[in-house]
Amino acid sequence: MPVPDLEVQYTKIFIDNEWHESCSGRKMPVHNPATGDLLCEVEEADTEDVDKAVRSARTAFQLGSPWRCMDASDRGLLLNRLADLVERDRLRLATLEALDSGKIFLMAYFVDLMATVKTLRYYGGWADKVQGKTIPVDGEYFTYTRHEPIGVCGQIIPWNFPVMMFAWKIAPALCCGNTVIIKPAEQTPLTALHMACLIKEAGFPPGVVNVLPGYGPTAGNAIAHHMDIDKIAFTGSTAVGKLVQKAAGDSNLKRVTLELGGKNPNIVFADCDLEYAVEQAHSGLFFNQGQCCLAGSRVFVEDSIYEEFVCRSAEKARNKVLGNPLVPGVDQGPQIDQKQFDKILELIESGKREGATLECGGGPWDRNSLFIQPTVFSNVTDDMRIAKEEIFGPVQQIMRFHSVNEVIQRANATHYGLAAGVFTNDIDKALTVSSALQAGMVWVNCYNAMSTQCPFGGFKMSGNGRELGEYALQEYTEVKAVTIKISQKNS
Amino acid sequence: STMLRIVLSRTLPRISGISNCQYSAAAIPVPNAQPEVHYNKLFINNEWQDAVSKRSFPTINPATGEVICQVAEADKADVDKAVKAAREAFRFGSPWRRMDASDRGLLLSRLADAIERDTAYLAELETLDNGKPYAVSYSVDVPMVVKCLRYYAGWADKWEGKTIPIDGDFFCYTRHEPIGVCGQIIPWNFPLLMQAWKLGPALATGNTVVMKVAEQTPLTALYVASLIKEVGFPPGVVNILPGMGPSAGSAITSHMDVDKVAFTGSTEVGHLIQQASGSSNLKKVTLELGGKSPNIIMSDANMAEAVEQSHFALFFNQGQCCCAGSRTYVQDTIYDEFMERSVERAKSRVVGDPFNMKTEQGPQVDEEQFKKILGYISSGKREGAKLMCGGGVAADRGYFIQPTIFGDVQDGMTIAREEIFGPVMQILKFKTLEEVVERANDTKYGLAAAVFTKDIDKAHYISSGLRAGTVWINCYDVFGAQAPFGGYKYSGNGRELGEYGLDNYTEVKTVTIKVPQKNS
Repeated sequence: MPVPDLEVQYTKIFIDNEWHESCSGRKMPVHNPATGDLLCEVEEADTEDVDKAVRSARTAFQLGSPWRCMDASDRGLLLNRLADLVERDRLRLATLEALDSGKIFLMAYFVDLMATVKTLRYYGGWADKVQGKTIPVDGEYFTYTRHEPIGVCGQIIPWNFPVMMFAWKIAPALCCGNTVIIKPAEQTPLTALHMACLIKEAGFPPGVVNVLPGYGPTAGNAIAHHMDIDKIAFTGSTAVGKLVQKAAGDSNLKRVTLELGGKNPNIVFADCDLEYAVEQAHSGLFFNQGQCCLAGSRVFVEDSIYEEFVCRSAEKARNKVLGNPLVPGVDQGPQIDQKQFDKILELIESGKREGATLECGGGPWDRNSLFIQPTVFSNVTDDMRIAKEEIFGPVQQIMRFHSVNEVIQRANATHYGLAAGVFTNDIDKALTVSSALQAGMVWVNCYNAMSTQCPFGGFKMSGNGRELGEYALQEYTEVKAVTIKISQKNS
Repeated sequence: STMLRIVLSRTLPRISGISNCQYSAAAIPVPNAQPEVHYNKLFINNEWQDAVSKRSFPTINPATGEVICQVAEADKADVDKAVKAAREAFRFGSPWRRMDASDRGLLLSRLADAIERDTAYLAELETLDNGKPYAVSYSVDVPMVVKCLRYYAGWADKWEGKTIPIDGDFFCYTRHEPIGVCGQIIPWNFPLLMQAWKLGPALATGNTVVMKVAEQTPLTALYVASLIKEVGFPPGVVNILPGMGPSAGSAITSHMDVDKVAFTGSTEVGHLIQQASGSSNLKKVTLELGGKSPNIIMSDANMAEAVEQSHFALFFNQGQCCCAGSRTYVQDTIYDEFMERSVERAKSRVVGDPFNMKTEQGPQVDEEQFKKILGYISSGKREGAKLMCGGGVAADRGYFIQPTIFGDVQDGMTIAREEIFGPVMQILKFKTLEEVVERANDTKYGLAAAVFTKDIDKAHYISSGLRAGTVWINCYDVFGAQAPFGGYKYSGNGRELGEYGLDNYTEVKTVTIKVPQKNS
């Protein structure tokens, strides 16, 4: 059960293991999207605060600092301690997350928080296993590589999985020995600030992690342009991703990794388990109020099972229970804010206007709230806006296909390339289609199957670089090759 | 904590087990010199059992020669039971086989936590059974056990196969599978640590284990068995059998249903194990055996450090280290000064009751070792080495031997060729770099080596030239769970620790699937 009458404890900027007021004196309001209530006000970081944080992170990264001299295994131990503390405060964090983001409390508790703990532990385990090599170069030399941390890393995270995104970002960065400045989304800063408190409690030295709540165009922009930040990792929309990339080129050529949007194809062949596929496609779209970069928002269904599939999907959508995210039995909460709400409704209207068949839903759930009815469109064609643009809401598009080659070509006809699903019992189809799809993650007979050991990221405009798994370590490592002249090389 | 610093600086210069990190610093509590023994039976299928034969054997406190208690003695029938349990736990579809790799890691992590919780007790029991100073059990052995288990806990879900671009219309990948039922036979010199070195990689990779612990020191391993059960390992995954080499050990190495054996012990027994594998089911074999490791001191070395490190290299753990620096080669121009300082250091070594915090050196582990070492000392005297200090028994009861140094040692002497495994240091003279590398390599062993020098070129030349699995430069006995350890030649095969340690517990399966059209 969620913690009743939860009081927000941490509302300031976290720099150098201390709580600071904003340099400007400004604060940001934080709302509960399910009720519209003001939860609290949080200090708003801007350029000056970012400068402070960078100075602190840079100092913590100095050669000879406690963080730089620490055994790698001890960095791992700290991450494991942090995981223990998150476990201890799991109920509180899940409640806070549900209040701040509108996500279903039980999901926050069982999915988001579990993934957070597992990610911290996974990277805790990698810390002393990041290994360089000794290399047999030509000539009388002894050559080896050091896998060094990059330095001060700016990290900007979104509002759809606040605490989980926080863990995905800081864990590999800290594992490899970097120091971090992380800006949580302005809509959802609260769990990030609680994490800051746990980071201090776990024993991370001051300056290693700094948490700055603030807005994109101000604090985010300051981070992307900063001349003393060595790398930036951004998760959010493709539109802002482009700005981040430009800012890096404009400033100090900081390393950039991006995890952006998607318009992910979910391909259902006639030889699948139909009920199972309907269910997976449903949760593949509607999970987290449709607010997933991974959402399977183009469901391609083979001709012979199309009508049945649409019928069952609409039934499922109609049966969804909307309501207070803290109450058990509720399936779907509100969208995160007015801006998203308006955008989703606008796209729904475009679907109607452009001739898609509205199977169910199609509008707000009630007046004066941010809830949207689970919506299913059938007879969607590839040129419609709802088939091309990322909606980020509870709106499922179901399109018809006839052949393997056709659906592969249509699935790939997008600038995005984050994920994809394939439902079939045929081993040949499964292997052929999964090889052909231009997506960073392909699921066969499942959807949204994620685990901290498995890399995550996009082809094309869905981003670059990979998070999670061993692959994430590359993004937080700078390789230095050292070559020593010796008098006689022997194999 | 002043006591801690004094004790540590005398007994453990620069041991990597102690970091400067505030998280590992702790004052050593006063030990209970008579810890209670809770477990003295066989541990099979998470249950405590008597031996089928009902036999038991005594385990001795080497500081006094007195019996601590009786321990159940496993023989072939018990090994059969344990192997059956381990095989069942390894069955396709079993809880252990189906467990998430990350959960295997979590269990190892929990075991590390439980051991950390019981550090004081385990250190007391280790000192009682083995004779090593309590200050060392507490601040080196047990913390290193914890670190080793935590290290391998981290590997469990990171041991990855590959997908491979072979020719043809195929999708090809490898699975890194556990080998199966692993027999593990461990020695008495670092009972807890050797147990961790073996269990860590085997369990991280998903194997099941039948472990025979040394008859001289079974007690701490059995207590750890209780923790293995406490933290939740499924029954049959780890089975621990106290027993003798020729009976229980032999039953494991010749067992037709044990898939792999890992042995740490003498080279002599290593030969038997390799043969047993060939005579039975060709089980995979890894061996970590003896050594006669050369420690080379160049004239440009930092003298004070070289003396202290060389002292530590030989005398640590009562000289009972497979990697002991037991041939100290000193360049002729600094030989006299090095000798004088080494003798002074050895004479100041505090030998006594291992539960006394001031003690640096406890007793040898048993009467057999005690007599063998004294025999080597006699041979040294007889063959013409110069006795510089020590040379005899250090106390009236227990198995204490004086810290002993021989000078003017020649390469052909018995004490220069054979592993003594006691507090007997051999110092030899050399002239040139090329000469010492050749002499250092002139041994059937190849476990470790060290060189002390400030010269970067010499350091590289020597470390490349020495045929040894570990080479230390300007340090000795630096271990980390992350760094592989093992021998060249008769010192063994295979590597323990580090990522390399996982290889020995893995079977690689290649899966190749026909596909209609391969694309890059």
